[in-house]
Amino acid sequence: MIEDLLDETVDPQLSGQSDESCQELKLSRRTFVQLLGAGLLITVTEGVSLGRRSGGRSRGSITVAARVHLNLDGTITVMTGKVEEGQGSRAQLTQAAAEELRVGADRIRLVMADTALVPDDGITAGSRTTPYTVPAVRRGAATARELLTRLAAKQWRVDGSALKVRDGAITNPKTKQTITYGDLAESKEVAEAFKQGVSSDVAVTAVSEWKVLGNSVARPNNRDLVTGAHRYPSDIVRPNMLYGKMLRPPSYGATLESIDLSRAKAMKDVVVVRDGQFVGCAAPSSFRAGQAIEAVAKTASWKTTTAHPSSKEIFSYLKERARSGRSRANTRGSTEQGLARAAKALSETYEVAYIQHVPMEPRAAVAEWSRGNLTVWAGIDWPQRIQGDLARAFGISSERVRVIVPDMGGGFGGKHSGEAAEEAARLAKASGHPVCVQWSRAEEFTWAYFRPAAAIECKGGLDSKGSLIAWEFTSINPGSAAIDTPYNIPNTRILSVGSDSPLRQGPYRCLAATANNFARESFMDELAAAAGADPLEFRLAHLENQRIRTVLETAAKHFDWPARRKRVTGDVGVGLACGTEKNSCVAACVEVGIDRRGGEIKVNEVCEAFECGPIQNPANLLSQVQGCIIMGLGGALREEMKFEDGRILNAGFADYLVPRFRDVPKIDVHLVNKTDIPSAGGGETPIIAVAPAIGNAVFAATGVRIRSMPMRGGLLKRA
Amino acid sequence: MDATVNLTVNGVKWTVTTDAERSVLEVLREELHLTGTKYGCGGGRCGTCAVLMDGKRVLSCTIPLSEADGKAITTIEGLASGDSLHPVQEAFLEEGAMQCGYCTSGMIMATVALLKEKPRPTDEEIVSWMNVNLCRCNGYPKILNAVRRAAEKMRR
Repeated sequence: MIEDLLDETVDPQLSGQSDESCQELKLSRRTFVQLLGAGLLITVTEGVSLGRRSGGRSRGSITVAARVHLNLDGTITVMTGKVEEGQGSRAQLTQAAAEELRVGADRIRLVMADTALVPDDGITAGSRTTPYTVPAVRRGAATARELLTRLAAKQWRVDGSALKVRDGAITNPKTKQTITYGDLAESKEVAEAFKQGVSSDVAVTAVSEWKVLGNSVARPNNRDLVTGAHRYPSDIVRPNMLYGKMLRPPSYGATLESIDLSRAKAMKDVVVVRDGQFVGCAAPSSFRAGQAIEAVAKTASWKTTTAHPSSKEIFSYLKERARSGRSRANTRGSTEQGLARAAKALSETYEVAYIQHVPMEPRAAVAEWSRGNLTVWAGIDWPQRIQGDLARAFGISSERVRVIVPDMGGGFGGKHSGEAAEEAARLAKASGHPVCVQWSRAEEFTWAYFRPAAAIECKGGLDSKGSLIAWEFTSINPGSAAIDTPYNIPNTRILSVGSDSPLRQGPYRCLAATANNFARESFMDELAAAAGADPLEFRLAHLENQRIRTVLETAAKHFDWPARRKRVTGDVGVGLACGTEKNSCVAACVEVGIDRRGGEIKVNEVCEAFECGPIQNPANLLSQVQGCIIMGLGGALREEMKFEDGRILNAGFADYLVPRFRDVPKIDVHLVNKTDIPSAGGGETPIIAVAPAIGNAVFAATGVRIRSMPMRGGLLKRA
Repeated sequence: MDATVNLTVNGVKWTVTTDAERSVLEVLREELHLTGTKYGCGGGRCGTCAVLMDGKRVLSCTIPLSEADGKAITTIEGLASGDSLHPVQEAFLEEGAMQCGYCTSGMIMATVALLKEKPRPTDEEIVSWMNVNLCRCNGYPKILNAVRRAAEKMRR
């Protein structure tokens, strides 16, 4: 199932936004009775009908009670299946509920990602929280507010439209009668009313009326982060808990033929489990569990499989195995004729390496069995999905599995799968103790999935006036995110082509868009140069999309593009790039410093403009954009998985270089607040303009076009 | 091989009998259940596990327990006094200098150690000192602001 999930989320057909594949999942009538941390009792006694769509968009109707619960102290508990992994969903969803309930954000207690308590809001991925879950929470909260207003109106025998709701109190302005949410918390009428479904057409607050949304509300549990009090998945401690370690194969595809477990079994307090290919040890300390695994690893006999390609030959490997592609919907005209007519035609191939997400917290889970019921705390992106995976793995009903996702230590698209959860559950079952499994950094680098490598073949034709008349783009292996060109070209042929990935691959921050936008925006720069045009003017001449034009012009203006373009030297170059994905738009201008003798590319400055509709939390959006820019430097300049014979050669921070403080350039971010469209997510797309803008700046300074990510400065030495 | 080690953690004296090769990080987390100090790489290359040992920054994943015998360790849990936060913690809160927050305790401990040694660090000194600490959310700009703010606060 884990592989299915990855295939599904990487598959371009399933990452779209169509409604057709919506499937209803009826859950049996059941009762949730849970004590929350604050000592509040939640009872949800509804037949919950949850909509679940492949790819993570939650649909269908849930009851108001499944989303909103009034507490006696005047606070309101709000429930969501989304997880917090640093992207800011906890603050944002808190704001969404507060806005519609007409209370301050401090009155909301947000319960996230606990299958026993929350509705299924789909996977936390694809920038979907903002366009789908924020509206779902707002509708739930707005429906609750309307129901409460109606109850007050009924009680006072007045027209509900005459009542005002402010700061958690419903008031009749004429009579000055007031009733608070806290007063209504234990009302049987409210309990009855909240059994209704969330209204799909309830009016939500217009952007111009926002009081809580649109503000820089801090993460509600941020104090626990600076005191160390917050318990991440790897920090959960249960009574009599053991720590688990697994035996890993020496290379991908190796199968265990025999192993002698006696040395580990002889160790004090060590539990050893073998089930087919699974070998794990649980012990009172990670150290002891590790010693036990080392002891048995020496006795293991492995059968290795057929030869694996190395990272050096990966691109020819992927191209040789490329399958027939599907043409994109916007394919038009004839590129054959366009290229034949072209005054100038270019043809180049771009290559993008596999990289890792490298979240600071590697995969972690704690599993505990009690009377045939399994509870798992895990760092994963979709609790209901992992709940189902665990139920199938252990042959029990989903009702017997509870998955809780404490706010976790980073993901970036890399934590869709629940390996550690299943490993911990196996060891817990065998040992009769709760078990904590935290992957080592080397395990995370080796056994988690990777951002896909890519080979992207580009052809472009210019007419005698320097206009683009033909565009062919064949993207092999990464997927289809941001594959369509936003530029106006009469003849286009755009293909997303699958291949046989030798490494396990899956989603990443903006997934294939990091590869496809790199190739497109670099190649656009090549065509601009061939046309003898300024890269900014060339893009604008082919760009009708007003949103992209706006961010491009904003970044160029603040960077002072025309003047700095004129000042380019062999040591200092400037470049720009833009793009759109997930209904948001980005443009970046960068300055690089070049040391050709040392083969060094240093990014001195990044000026980026980003627009994702109405901004819901400016401070958090700024963090996301800054983070994307700096994360983008890693993939652009250094990060790549090196592998050979089915082994990862750089599974640690010594050899896999991620951005550090010293790499941080001057960063100038311009958030464009466009209030006449719905909000889109902002945690991914800001990454896609960084790499191509750097490559274009390197070209401007040196005349050398580097057509690979990462861009190795060493190429400049030879040139 | 088990050994008995005496150490003081956040002012509390502990006698721990366990395998002496275990890292201070593992003992803090698994024996004392002080989970504010995080595992990041196990090799001293990410700074996530930073604590103070006799007032100096150490990377607790690289220190065998035997080397902590007789030492005083301060972890993130030991910075605040009651409800009142350490100025460095306040500065991180005020700057919103965390995204997932998993690196935050290491960043804060590194900052506390830096400001003990250099109350008026230059930007270059801050970057140089903090460079061992990784943030994969790449929230470096706000963390740098927090370190600068903390320096100002502590001079007051």
